[in-house]
Amino acid sequence: MSIFSYLLPKKKNTAGVAKERLQIIVAHERTLRGGPDYLPQLHQELLAVVRKYVNVDADAVNVQLDHNEGIDVLEMNITLGDEATN
Amino acid sequence: MTKVVVVASGKGGVGKTTTSAAIATGLALRGFKTAVIDFDVGLRNLDLIMGCERRVVYDIVNVINGDANLRQTLIKDKRTDNLYILPASQTRDKDALTMEGVGRVIEELSDMGMEYIICDSPAGIEKGALTAAYFADEAIVVTNPEVSSVRDSDRILGILASKTKRAEEGKGELPARLLLSRYSAERVEKGEMLSVEDVVEILAIPLLGVIPESEAVLNASNSGTPVTLDVDSDAGQAYLDATARFLGEELPLRFVTVTKKGFLGRLFGG
Repeated sequence: MSIFSYLLPKKKNTAGVAKERLQIIVAHERTLRGGPDYLPQLHQELLAVVRKYVNVDADAVNVQLDHNEGIDVLEMNITLGDEATN
Repeated sequence: MTKVVVVASGKGGVGKTTTSAAIATGLALRGFKTAVIDFDVGLRNLDLIMGCERRVVYDIVNVINGDANLRQTLIKDKRTDNLYILPASQTRDKDALTMEGVGRVIEELSDMGMEYIICDSPAGIEKGALTAAYFADEAIVVTNPEVSSVRDSDRILGILASKTKRAEEGKGELPARLLLSRYSAERVEKGEMLSVEDVVEILAIPLLGVIPESEAVLNASNSGTPVTLDVDSDAGQAYLDATARFLGEELPLRFVTVTKKGFLGRLFGG
């Protein structure tokens, strides 16, 4: 840090970028936590089946396992784009 | 009453062994009878960090297999009273460390009057790490302020919450606390490094301490002295603080703000 560094353009705040990226990936991975080991594979295979018929994004299929008052609920959400419904 | 503490991180090279040695030494300095176990089968290193590598005769696998007893195998630290080291085996057979065998060793250490048993976990989320964590009553998660380390710490927290004996017996989640190491207040101020607040917010666990990036850590490992014994160093003091907090004392955080340079220092760089 010298007098000249004040004249140089300020570098981007990479820590902020790191925090944002981490918050997203950690939140995503936590939804899969504690679920059965087959969940990621189920997710992949479901996506493959859907893609056979409809052109959807990789993140269009959402598989989630919830525990609710002693009942486990496996919830699947498939978002179809505009093009798929036409 | 014995407390079993696992030192975990998921990612390798973040300072698990340094922390295990430093915290175990800190507890022993406080007068607690403490054992520190190296669970990194095949990649033994706690002995080097503790400076007792030439005194290793038997190891934990020998004890489990009945080739040696625990008293023959435990290495009594020469510098710190109340401190004992149980080395890992250098065998390449990872299955040598059975869950049942480790349970017996921990029980026997407890019968010997150990107040704390520090389990130095190997990196990864495989069997070795699970074995180190299984009998724990609480966890210290070592994290560097860097994306891959934080992500892996979150992953290991998920495992600690579900795959321990405590969780299986329905006694609730394992209490885990964060030890943030290799912290550079200067880089945080410049926006180049995740701050302690950032990491605490993401991992959402209580903070045990912040260890500054410090020359003292390499100097300590070079000479085989736990950094806690270097009481004049920043890292040594930070580990002593973390030990005190571990024991329930409330201390302000140190080494998290930049010490301001004078006018001349700023002008000419430092």
